[in-house]
Amino acid sequence: MIAFAILMVAQVANGQAPAGDAPAAPVSEATTTAPATPLTVVLKWAPLLLKGFIFNIVISVASMALGTITGLLLGLGQISQRKWVAKLSWFFTQFFRNSPWLVLLFFAMFMIPFQITIGSVTIPLPDWFKAIIGFSLPVMANVSELLRGAIRSLPSGQWEAAESLAFTRTQTIWKIILPQCVKRMLPPWMNLYSLITMATVLASIVGVGEMLTLTAQVHAAEGGRPELFAPLYGFAGLCFFAYCWPISKLTQRLERRFNVKT
Amino acid sequence: MAAPQATSAPAWTPDQPIIRVKDVHKSFGSFQVLKGMSMDVKKGEAICIIGPSGSGKSTLIRCMNALVDITEGSITVENQEVNDPNLDKLKLRRKVGMVFQQYNLFPHKTALQNVMMAPINVLKQDKKEVEERAHALLKKVRLTGKENNYPGELSGGQQQRVAIARSLAMRPDIMLFDEVTAALDPETVKEVLVTIRELAEEGMTCLLVTHEMKFARDVADHIYFTDKGVIVEHAPPEEFFDNPKDERTRTFLGQIL
Ligand SMILES: Nc1ncnc2c1ncn2[C@@H]1O[C@H](COP(=O)(O)OP(=O)(O)OP(=O)(O)O)[C@@H](O)[C@H]1O
Ligand SMILES: [Mg+2]
Repeated sequence: MIAFAILMVAQVANGQAPAGDAPAAPVSEATTTAPATPLTVVLKWAPLLLKGFIFNIVISVASMALGTITGLLLGLGQISQRKWVAKLSWFFTQFFRNSPWLVLLFFAMFMIPFQITIGSVTIPLPDWFKAIIGFSLPVMANVSELLRGAIRSLPSGQWEAAESLAFTRTQTIWKIILPQCVKRMLPPWMNLYSLITMATVLASIVGVGEMLTLTAQVHAAEGGRPELFAPLYGFAGLCFFAYCWPISKLTQRLERRFNVKT
Repeated sequence: MAAPQATSAPAWTPDQPIIRVKDVHKSFGSFQVLKGMSMDVKKGEAICIIGPSGSGKSTLIRCMNALVDITEGSITVENQEVNDPNLDKLKLRRKVGMVFQQYNLFPHKTALQNVMMAPINVLKQDKKEVEERAHALLKKVRLTGKENNYPGELSGGQQQRVAIARSLAMRPDIMLFDEVTAALDPETVKEVLVTIRELAEEGMTCLLVTHEMKFARDVADHIYFTDKGVIVEHAPPEEFFDNPKDERTRTFLGQIL
């Protein structure tokens, strides 16, 4: 699934590189002919901007997937019976949970090398890849904490019942504890996904060609006319709203349903 | 005979006590909960443990399946010493079933799945065979027709009977019951007690912590009365109820009957 997401990113990123240069061309055209209405400008650039938006979604999905997997591991680390594992996992969770996302993004951008060499193979690490890592860090920390909270919210009787039935600790966690945590974690996890999706525009600050970067480029290409500012950025906002609002609705519905049942 | 430290115990034979509790002490931090309790339980006996709240009844039976470690003294279950750092707790727990006051069913599994879980995951038994046995066990506790209900869809009494079936599915030699009817409505208490009584009559070794005096009198072979971490007295039920020796027992029975 991650591999698929990364492939998608690669494709979008590659396809978008020439497109990223494209806005430079129409500048002369825009200055010679009569200024277009904001609506036609938005419509003209919508395909490019939507491509950028897909890039945002791909980054969010990939970092959510990566962050969820690592976060579950970190969360299990937090409840480890080995004291040092628990302490270390707790520390990483708290550290990444209490750092601004932008800081973590910078951190990933500048700490991860632009390529790695394993033997004779050199793998380039493009910016979008680093951005995925950067966003996966807060996801990881939040998922870790969600898992710990969900586990703690289960009655201790669940552990005791499993223990008295001769389950090992590992069996108890996998067969009895985690399945019950999924339901509890799902709504806040979806919330987290919405937040990370909206945060992906931060990647524009470090030069990843996502929707906001493209919006700025388009705006500049259209001569930076002030009356285009609202429509162009409004379109970006609308895209995020149209994507995140249904998720938020679904989250609320799930929350209500789970609350009634348990 | 073998030294008490020996890890490999002499094979247990049914004429020996199945559980032997000797001078067991248990502290939580500096708080002493058990202050030297002893008892012998023979195979097939039904033992009731009664006593005021906080006297250590739950702690005592939790020591018997190593849910709680004892601080001092000795408990052997089929000659296996429980107070042994090398104890194979899982092996012990396969022999000793436990039912709790709060049922503690797994809410994400149906009644049938609850019963099947331990044999499949712990004993790695064949699923088909386990399923057949689970159906039989649910029938035994009179829950035929409820196999596919989740715990949340069952009454307290029904849940508790699923919990009993779940424990029995491991084919234990001993069953521990910790106030299993204390959370139930008066009407549903009976259906659970009937199930336990049948078990006892079939020869299952049962240890029950209970406040059901009538049940204790009818079903128990022996009654232990605990107070403040010690066993104050123990006797067969008639003697215990009709002729209690200790002042504390008389006070307790006076309050409760
Ligand atoms: N894990 C624990 N940590 C600290 N204290 C404990 C723990 N478990 C039990 N205790 C204390 O030990 C004492 C005896 O508890 P226990 O549950 O064995 O009593 P009980 O006889 O079963 O009482 P009840 O009838 O209320 O169930 C109580 O004072 C209780 O607070
Ligand atoms: Mg108790």
